Amino acid sequence: MMTTFIGMPGPPAARDSQLTGTEDFPDAARPALRNSRLRRNLAHATGIIRDKRAQVVDEVADWQELRTAGAQIKAHTMARLPELLEQLEASVTARGGVVHWARDGDEANAIVLELVRAAGTTEVVKVKSMATQEIGLNEALEAAGIAALETDLAELIVQLGHDRPSHILVPAIHRGRAEIREIFLREMPGLDPDLLSDEPSELAAAARAYLREAFLRAKVAVSGANFGVAETGSLTVVESEGNGRMCLTLPETLITVMGIEKVVPTWRDLEVFLQLLPRSSTGERMNPYTSMWSGVTPGDGPQQFHLILLDNGRSRVLADPQGRSALHCIRCSACLNVCPVYERVGGHAYGSVYPGPIGAILSPQLTGLTGDGVNDTLPYASSLCGACEEVCPVKIPIPAQLVRLRAEHTEAYADSHRMPSAEAASMRAAAWVMSDAKRFRRAGSSARLAKVGLRGGRPRVPVPPLLQGWVNARDLPDLPDETFREWWARTRGDQQ
Amino acid sequence: MSAREEVLSRVRGALGPDPEVPEIPRDYLMAGSTTGAPLIELLVDRLVDYRAAVIEPEGSVVDAIDAALPAEGRILYAPGLPEEWRPSRGEADDATLDARGLDAVAAVVTGSVVSIAQTGTIVLDGSPLCGRRVLSLVPDIHVCIVRREDVVETVPEGLTRLDPQRPLTFISGPSATSDIELNRVEGVHGPRSLIVVITP
Repeated sequence: MMTTFIGMPGPPAARDSQLTGTEDFPDAARPALRNSRLRRNLAHATGIIRDKRAQVVDEVADWQELRTAGAQIKAHTMARLPELLEQLEASVTARGGVVHWARDGDEANAIVLELVRAAGTTEVVKVKSMATQEIGLNEALEAAGIAALETDLAELIVQLGHDRPSHILVPAIHRGRAEIREIFLREMPGLDPDLLSDEPSELAAAARAYLREAFLRAKVAVSGANFGVAETGSLTVVESEGNGRMCLTLPETLITVMGIEKVVPTWRDLEVFLQLLPRSSTGERMNPYTSMWSGVTPGDGPQQFHLILLDNGRSRVLADPQGRSALHCIRCSACLNVCPVYERVGGHAYGSVYPGPIGAILSPQLTGLTGDGVNDTLPYASSLCGACEEVCPVKIPIPAQLVRLRAEHTEAYADSHRMPSAEAASMRAAAWVMSDAKRFRRAGSSARLAKVGLRGGRPRVPVPPLLQGWVNARDLPDLPDETFREWWARTRGDQQ
Repeated sequence: MSAREEVLSRVRGALGPDPEVPEIPRDYLMAGSTTGAPLIELLVDRLVDYRAAVIEPEGSVVDAIDAALPAEGRILYAPGLPEEWRPSRGEADDATLDARGLDAVAAVVTGSVVSIAQTGTIVLDGSPLCGRRVLSLVPDIHVCIVRREDVVETVPEGLTRLDPQRPLTFISGPSATSDIELNRVEGVHGPRSLIVVITP
């Protein structure tokens, strides 16, 4: 393995999890590419959000300085992660919260389940959270007879549509308004098809009415966290609809599942991220609602607060000083919205709950590369155009990481196979030829023979199946009549 | 080994001994340069852009609040609201109503502690002036009073004025969603009407 781990990597996240699909990326992408409705929905939605983001980012004179600060706060945090986690734990505990630690998704799910049972309820309301999606919390709760109700509009659309999320920020981005109306009419009792149009405002009102009663009766809420401030114990949830405020305020018990990388050192660090995140994600100067709380406030909000700190593969990613930057991600999804590959295939093709460019570097690192695992194909789901790095609010070098992971995949493949792949075999042959001057000269002159087999850059005869993937899409350059060495010998043969 | 010890030891192991801790450059703008009327104008512009209604009374604040409130239905206000802002029709929140009770309340009036002009953001901190969090969440109309002297230009200026130990709610316009085709529409779970009264 060429992976440049310096520290000792922690164990990977489970491979049969929400971080891994069932098919290689190219196979999963194929049906998506044939789905014209999906492509229309995606092109429409990502087009809108790209313009909105560009507009509000252009307003900010010090945007680049904010990005630099954001990137460095994250790098700083990673280097001090153990002490910051302990400090966060102490701050939250001092304010009346209870802190739990989870090595992996199963352990986190078990903690949540136990807390929900202790609260004596069979239903929880949920704020949209990538961490709980990553660990498959809803499925785990349902298997134990606890209903988990998603309250974010897009998550609700996905849940009612018995569908999978396809975007970090807008999990139902693949659905247009007409489809959403159909799902609501089918799943929400008491809606009159004659009174509900597909106007977004009417659909939002239907969701408001549907969820209001659930909020009012909820005893337990589960959330994620955008940031956790070590210094003050402040947890932060950034949202739009007010479903987050409902969940964070109304129930008696609040359970927050937070990846260990979401900690930030100081209160003032939020001044950077509260500027970077809304403008990068929904293209707003500020999202409608941001909630911050520190432990328990007597007489205001949940009187039981539990914070679960989740590893699930993160300590594995952390051990690689280069790959580590994938943990800097603040889940804004700007990289998805600008990605030409994401725009065409959508989020489902990536298999993982983290799709798009960030998913293509994060998922394989969390689960590890095996050489021929499904996530090994993700680093190839990119044209390396670089748009993702350009918009990333914390300057994660995504294209460089993609290239590095491709190399890592190649090494992992070689490690796990006695027979080299066709590509590896040809590279090895090339290395053998190029490492010796005599061999290289002979190879150069004999390449001319190949000219006979070409017409206008295309092969005259069918090539072996292994090479078809290459020549079907590419013309070979016209080969010159003599090699450089021959030309040199002919024109300046007297010079050495 | 407990999960806590194991996660911490994995993280320590992953970092190796003496990881280099980079400095954090803070070359971004801390404070704005706008003051006085232009600062209020900026705040109003941003609030209106996100569909909040804004009232800047020249005379009596309470008259403006009364005019903004609905004629029908129960009205509550934050218990620490100063006398001169208390609506003529309404009662102080005594924290006896639960969420279900608040669902039957037509409108609430609260104060606020900081407003950030650049982003059109108003912050409530759960103090008696702002009321408990649920008060400004469940009823459908929220009349929020912003004192002129609480308005700052930038996010960093806003955060330095806040107490992180209090439960904080940052509000930028009424409840909204971008979840349907990434178009912003107002009015989901939070108050669908946000009426901001800026004191003279």
